[in-house]
Order: sequence, then C-alpha cells, then structure tokens
Amino acid sequence: MDLLEYQGKQLFARQGIPVPAGKPARTVEEAVAAADEIGYPCVVKAQVKIGGRGKAGGIKVANDRAEAREHAEAILGMDIKGFTVHEVWVEGASEIAAEYYASIIFDRSAKQPLVMFSTKGGMDIEAVAEEDPDAIATLHVDPLIGFQDFHGRRLAFEGRVDADLVRPVGAFLKALYDTFVAEEAMLVEVNPLIVTPERTVAALDAKVTLDDNALFRHKENAELRDPSAEDPQEQMAHERGLTYVKLDGDIGILGNGAGLVMSTLDVVAQYGGAPANFLDAGGGSKAEAITSAVEVILSDDKVKAVLFNIFGGITRCDEVANGLIAAFEQISPTVPFVVRLDGTNDVEGRRILAEAQLPNVHTATTMNEAAEKVVALAKGVPA
Amino acid sequence: MSVIIDKDTKLCVSGITGREGTFHALNNKRYGTQVVAGVTPGKGGQDVEGVPVFNTFHDAVGATGANTAMVFVPPRFAADSILEAEDAGIATIICITEGIPAHDELRVYTQLKRNPDVRLIGPNCPGVLSPGKANVGIIPASFFKEGNVGVVSRSGTLTYQIGNELAQRGFGNSSIVGIGGDPVPGSSFIDVIALFEADPETELIVMSGEIGGDAEERAAEYIGEHVTKPVVGYIAGFTAPPGKTMGHAGAIVSGSQGTAAAKAEALEAQGVRVGRTPTQVAEIAVEILGG
Repeated sequence: MDLLEYQGKQLFARQGIPVPAGKPARTVEEAVAAADEIGYPCVVKAQVKIGGRGKAGGIKVANDRAEAREHAEAILGMDIKGFTVHEVWVEGASEIAAEYYASIIFDRSAKQPLVMFSTKGGMDIEAVAEEDPDAIATLHVDPLIGFQDFHGRRLAFEGRVDADLVRPVGAFLKALYDTFVAEEAMLVEVNPLIVTPERTVAALDAKVTLDDNALFRHKENAELRDPSAEDPQEQMAHERGLTYVKLDGDIGILGNGAGLVMSTLDVVAQYGGAPANFLDAGGGSKAEAITSAVEVILSDDKVKAVLFNIFGGITRCDEVANGLIAAFEQISPTVPFVVRLDGTNDVEGRRILAEAQLPNVHTATTMNEAAEKVVALAKGVPA
Repeated sequence: MSVIIDKDTKLCVSGITGREGTFHALNNKRYGTQVVAGVTPGKGGQDVEGVPVFNTFHDAVGATGANTAMVFVPPRFAADSILEAEDAGIATIICITEGIPAHDELRVYTQLKRNPDVRLIGPNCPGVLSPGKANVGIIPASFFKEGNVGVVSRSGTLTYQIGNELAQRGFGNSSIVGIGGDPVPGSSFIDVIALFEADPETELIVMSGEIGGDAEERAAEYIGEHVTKPVVGYIAGFTAPPGKTMGHAGAIVSGSQGTAAAKAEALEAQGVRVGRTPTQVAEIAVEILGG
C-alpha cells in the first residue's frame, strides 16, 4: 500500500524523524484554517500518489490568508496525471540550506534492505544514478543485526557531507531504517531531506510503501487506505476480498491462480485482444464467489466479453460449472462468455454447462482456443 | 531419481489439525508419502487418522525421525514455524502458507542461509511432487507420472497447466517444484536447476517464471555457465502494467525492473528457448526430447 506524503510524514513523526509541522485538509475552508493555525508563510501541497506535483502546479507557497485560499481553491480538485486531488497538506515553509536524498528499499535481489544516501537531493534520483553514480552512497544491512551507528557514519562520510552534519545525517538514516523495520515498509524515500540554516535535518517529503501482508500487525496503518482515491472496480473487489487489477481493455478475465491468470492475459493479447482486468478467483469455485467476481468484472462498462479460464487442480471443474450456472441465475449478463474448463472433472463440467444452455456462453477446451474465441466475440464477430 | 523429496522423505506437518492441513496431509499420505508426524502446540498426544500429533517439532523429530516439514499454518505463525523446524534439525522445509509478511521472510531467509544443511521451499508455493515417490503440498498428483522432465515454477496452477500439456504428449516428471510467488523465496530457480542438473533421471528442465524481481535473469546467467541439460522457459506477465501486484506478492514490475520481456530476453540470450504460451512450452519440450 502506497501512502500519501502526509501519511508518510505522520508515520515518520511517530518514529521520531523530524518533519515540518502541518495539517491535512479536504476543503478550502479546512485548508485556510490550517494555514492560519500553522502561520505564514506556509506551503499548500496536493496529496496524490504520483510524482511531479510541483511541476503540475500542485505545490504553492502562501504568504497570507488570501493566498492560502487561492491556492487551496486551485489545487483541490486539480487533476495531476490522471489523479484527482481530494486532499491537501498545509505545512510551515522551511528554510533550506541544502537538499539531500535518503531511501531504503526492500532489495529482493540481495534479500537485504538497501540504504541509499546522496547530497544530490531535490531532483530525480534515477537521473543522478545515471549521470553521477558516485554521488550515491549505498549499503546493504543484515536484517538480523540491523542498522548500527557505524552504518550511518559510513554513509554520511561516503556521501561527503560536511563534518558537522555527519552525526545528524547518521542519526536520521538510523531513524529511517528503524521506521522501515518497525512499520514493515517495502520502501521509504525522503527527497529532499533538507539541511536548515541552523544545521539540522528534516524530511521535507515522504514516500512510503507498506507491506500489505503485514497490515494485520499495524491497525493504524491499515486504516490509512483511502477508498475514494481508488478505482471503483478495484474498491468493489477489495471489499469482496477478490484479487483484482483494473486494466485498459474490453475483455473481462477470470481464472484460478495468479500465474494462470497472468498467462491468460498474455495469450488474449497475443490473439489481438485487450484484457480489461486481472482477477484471480483462487480456489473459489462456489457460486457466491463466482457471482461476486462476475459482478465486479461486469461493473466495468467497457467489458464486451468475458473469458473464464479454469485449470482444475484441487478446484473441480464440475463445481465451477455449477457455480457459474447459479451465478447466471442471479445476474443475467448481457455480454458473451467463453468458458474454458480443463483439469479435474473437466468432461463432467463441460457436460453440465452444455446441458444448462446458458445464453451466450461458449465453451473451449484449451487456453488458446478460448482466447481466440473471446477476442472474436469482443470484436462483435459471432462465434 | 528425483529431487528434494522421495521415498525416504519422512514428513512432519505443521498445522496438521487445521482443516486444510488435515486435508492435504492425508492426501499426501494416500499418495504414498511417509507422513510420520504432525505439530500443533497444545494438541500433543492426539492423532489425525493415525498420524501422531506433537506439541513441538523437537518432540516430533525425536519420536519419529522426521526429516522434512510441511508448514501449513496461517501467515502470522508461519515464520515461527519454519524457524522451529530448522531449530529441531529438519533438513527440508516446504512452506505452503501465502501472505507471510515480507520482513518475516527476510529474517527467516537470513537465518536459514547460515545453516548449510537446511533447504526452504516456498513460502506461498504449491509444494513438491516427485511422481511415484512422494507428494508434499497441494499439487494435484493425478495429472503427473514418473518421467524425465524436471519442472520448477513460481506459480501453482500455471505449473499444472504446463505439466498437463506435457503429460498429454506422453511425458512424465522427475520432480515438480513450486518455489513460490513471494518476494523472498527460500529457494531460487538456480538452487532447483542445480539439483535437476545433478539428477540423473532429469533430461530436460522446464522453468516457469513471472514478472518481478530478477530471479529469472540470474537463473539465465547460471544456466549459461553451469547447465548442460536443455532448459525450456516460460514467463507470465507480458501484459502486466508497472506498479501493480498481479496476485502473487512478488509479481510486480517496479519502474522498468522485472518485466517479462527482459526476463525472456535474458533467457534467450543464454540459449534457453522460451515458449510464448504454455502450449508452446510443451511443443518445444517435445521437439527437444523427440516425442
């Protein structure tokens, strides 16, 4: 789960990482009240989970109440790269002497957290990595030992910070690592990490991705999910406990098993189709689960045809067929379906489906045949 | 021959008294696997259809000589169970559980790596099947028979799909190994491919990868340098958009990292033929083995 900047900052503050004081606001009035409380000058920042907010006009300094109102009015409701701004974060303007960069990523390849630090902050770190890789100090940390003080000193010295900043930068990185572990993050990034004229450091931005699988241990973080910012189908699927990802096409896809569904999307694309979604029904062959999944797929009105791709292992194809028939009794889809049943009890499953004579339901035995049929149907070619 | 599990496997199931644990433990037993024990804290002294249940892995190993563990407990208890099995001296640990927190997996991986005598398969995997010898996990054994194709995969149903297409063309398997779809798998493609390379029965290796991470790229390099047997590859997720987790926790394209195209290219650069559909994988395998 990706957090908004201010949610990340609140999480940082909880772990003792210095951040500027601020308040979130969902309306212009709330934003003006927040600005009054924080004092001027302050910064009104659009809260969306996408980079490039500043360039898009989503971050503005307000020197007085009139400006705070003007900026809040302009920013709330603004569209930034397809993301609508529902919330702003109003924080006190910081005096900046230097901009640094710090991040910790869950390095799957090395199977250790990777800490990165650079004095070239405030810009795209991937561009820095390309132009001047030596400007980024990196260090892997043994997760059973954790981040020691010497790790912080090493990164600070290698990053060539001024002598008086070695200790504060080291302490900041240690706090950031402790946050990464305590909150079970997959990513924490601070860009810029600022140095103030008083020679203290603070996180001026926060990018945090949390591990969804660990949210059961972090109730506070689990509540940070913002359903209003999600795609309506993804929100509906989430509420029903389905694994669903919205895509751009017009062919609804349902299958059992993440790998098989990914493979199904690929095969459909190879036959010239465009998948509308990824939906893994798991081992769920019961009528309720299938009904629920079909409802989510069809709530996307771009969907012109649906492919059901089941390879029965422990899931039995006859149960899937019965589930589908029961689902069709509750919802009467208007788009064509192609159902491919293979694996355990496949012959029986196909027989049950054939006998039920569901309107506009076509069967297939192989994945390729099923993909070919559904692509034709989505293009309006009768099967 | 086979890899990881065989007729000498003595299995202890953690979570054997749970609904799923009981179902699959007994399923594995019916297949012929020696299921010698189960572990459920507080239920020591009971039995599950004749399989004795112990309070701890240490008790189970002491009483039965179990050498393999299957972990079937909920995600919040799984890391603890894996570490307990290792502490009790179990050499092969197969973890089926899906949804274990990534930081737990990191700690477990780091600890187990320090013990050269232990191997973890999974988590979030369907297990291992050595047809005709033993089945540990949830792989539907009826599709597979003994043979010379070794399969290693990050996904469950996709493995069955590919395995079934091979079976329909008359091929069997030395072993089928699900390494799982999580970001920190206990064993990598390289670990399992090395076992297949050394296994005299295996004549062809099929590896089925997917988006996310760089395990396939690293395997490609390893194959180029160390593997003499033919390898056929498959990669799922060519159409997956970046930044979205596609079902498996580990299946995510991050920026330009972990794409299916990059993985397929890396494999092909080392002479591995990569099928574009599961059917094509089976066709290539048949071509190579002369079916």
